[in-house]
Amino acid sequence: MTATARDTVLGRIRDALALAPAPAGTVPRTYRTGRTLPDTERLALLTDRLVDYKARVHPCTRDRTAEVIAEVLRERGARRVGVPAGLDEEWLGAYDGEVQRDSAVIPPPSLGELDGVVTASAVSCAETGTIFLDGSPDQGRRALSLVPDLHVCVVDLSSVVAGVPEAVARLVPERPTTLISGPSATSDIELERVEGVHGPRTLAVVVRTDA
Amino acid sequence: MSTFLGMPAAPPRSPYGTGNLRGERSFPQAAHDGLRNGQLRGNLGRATRTIRAKRIAVTGELPDWEALRDAGAAIKTDTMNRLPELLEELERKVTERGGTVHWARDGVEANEIVTRLVKATGSGDVIKVKSMATQEIGLNEHLEAAGITPYETDLAELIVQLAHDKPSHILVPAIHRNRDEIRRIFLDGIPGVDPDLDNVPAHLAAAARAYLREKFMTTKVAVSGANFGVAETGTLAVVESEGNGRMCLTLPDTLITVMGIEKVLPRYQDLEVFLQLLPRSSTGERMNPYTSMWTGVTPGDGPQDFHLVLLDNGRTAALADEIGRAALNCIRCSACLNVCPVYERTGGHAYGSTYPGPIGAVLTPQLAGMHAAEDDPNSSLPYASSLCGACFDACPVKIDIPSMLVELRHQDTEQAGTSAEKLAMRAAATVMGKPKLYRAAQRAASLSRSVGVGGRDRTISRLPAPFDGWSDSRDTAAPPRQSFRSWLASAEGAATMRAAAEEGARRTTDDQDDEQEEQ
Repeated sequence: MTATARDTVLGRIRDALALAPAPAGTVPRTYRTGRTLPDTERLALLTDRLVDYKARVHPCTRDRTAEVIAEVLRERGARRVGVPAGLDEEWLGAYDGEVQRDSAVIPPPSLGELDGVVTASAVSCAETGTIFLDGSPDQGRRALSLVPDLHVCVVDLSSVVAGVPEAVARLVPERPTTLISGPSATSDIELERVEGVHGPRTLAVVVRTDA
Repeated sequence: MSTFLGMPAAPPRSPYGTGNLRGERSFPQAAHDGLRNGQLRGNLGRATRTIRAKRIAVTGELPDWEALRDAGAAIKTDTMNRLPELLEELERKVTERGGTVHWARDGVEANEIVTRLVKATGSGDVIKVKSMATQEIGLNEHLEAAGITPYETDLAELIVQLAHDKPSHILVPAIHRNRDEIRRIFLDGIPGVDPDLDNVPAHLAAAARAYLREKFMTTKVAVSGANFGVAETGTLAVVESEGNGRMCLTLPDTLITVMGIEKVLPRYQDLEVFLQLLPRSSTGERMNPYTSMWTGVTPGDGPQDFHLVLLDNGRTAALADEIGRAALNCIRCSACLNVCPVYERTGGHAYGSTYPGPIGAVLTPQLAGMHAAEDDPNSSLPYASSLCGACFDACPVKIDIPSMLVELRHQDTEQAGTSAEKLAMRAAATVMGKPKLYRAAQRAASLSRSVGVGGRDRTISRLPAPFDGWSDSRDTAAPPRQSFRSWLASAEGAATMRAAAEEGARRTTDDQDDEQEEQ
């Protein structure tokens, strides 16, 4: 019987390790983990980083969520928006355009007909200005927050953590996870930064400071 | 079944004559193109300067940067030591989550697997996320030969593909092109592009967006690489900026990911280290705009058919090299390219391989060997360095590239056989081992100087073979008129040495006086 590629490759690795054994070492985890910052500092840091990445930040309180979302959509001229199946219905309560509730049967190309999308978020990292979406019912499938040109993302300050280790610790590995730091960007032509290539050209973040 | 029976054998290199791990010319020959290309040198100089400054700024923001580097290096070393169990764990987890894992001994086998999987879908088109591994194995060429059209979707890779060119930088593959060239490439290569398209980068990016959007929406199969594959959970990660990655990883029905076996990470938690090290080292950003992480198949979200191809292609040969194995720790950030004085002047094409720059100069010979062919261009790569050490300082996982280059030079001269250079060195060793012969040779050298070697400026612009490789790129100081030995033996030499000794004695006395005064 000829060896399968799997057996051959694993055999080669074992041979290589026998030929050049390396002493086992421990991984030093002396870098910063488990950091906490007061609410005001987390908000200030996240806002600073998001704005640096050309995202728009709209702080608000929980009771003004619908109002602020409607304002952002109106400002951007969005007449038709998509929302994940599990998004809080009240969030679009003040919006007078058309709302399309997402479902897996809607083919992705038709998502391109939406002017924008409104989602919640799982975790955010203040130090890097990164928002994590994990496919929960209020965040939807990955295509929904990708294809439309405007992404309005609601972040609760309580879900904002200081650094990357604190954010990774809050994730559920098996969920499809998307990390977003500002809108789509490229620097491929003479290293000149251009916002918006394939992903949403505009990222608006509504930060609820009391949630 | 198992191949580990008795004595271990050295694993093979990537097979000769396949993929893109070897150029057609030696580094010094190929470097001439880059050195003569003002456009390339200007672009590269600006790009590397800019990224260098950004990297220094954002790494300086983190007080624990060095601790992160230590952790990153240790995680990678731990990974290599436990590679068999980690790969088996990754395979198990991906399979549990509805994915299919394939193993490829080399690029040829990986190409065949991908082609077979694409054909099984019935699609004649494939959208591709930028991937070093598929570039390394020449997947695009292979797909085209099989009648399948691959579309690169990263803006720079698209430029390179439409121009029938090769990438010149790991991070910004089309950095050798300027906006006017890119405009022409798009006008020639993108069907139905606006003929009035100008050279503004935003407009060029918009043209690519319009062209590729249709591909994203209609193509049923995507091929990607992977930055990380987590054994503990079976999670794959792709780090990018433009969203083309998210498009490819999300919209098609079938996703095929080709990942080098060294890209596995033991724990999900390890991502907390590399998600800090990679973007800051690579683009000098705190975080890249988009990262996608997926585990097998998620019903109702993304591709419902997922294949992971685990690629060896010389990686096990690198692993068997005690000193060179750390090259496998590379996370392809390209920080070493941006600080390398040699890369900055020659550009990436001079290295002939998918992996340019300092890391390419060690990784390429590790993967593909240095003596697979006569006058193997790869044997010139370990010399494509000034050994200044900047790459070691910049590497986020602390790969000691300079030491590896020295080791590879050693291996090269060991294997090189009887070259003219070796004969010359042997002759020199004989001469230097015998004082009489040595003095005679020195007299001969100074005689040659006195008959005019070196010209007015005391430099020699061209040395005879086998030393012409040296003089091709630099002038050589002419030998002195007189050897040190004969100068020392002369009246002038003796007088100078006496004067120096007196001067030295006087200084020692002065110093002692100064010290006494201070006390």
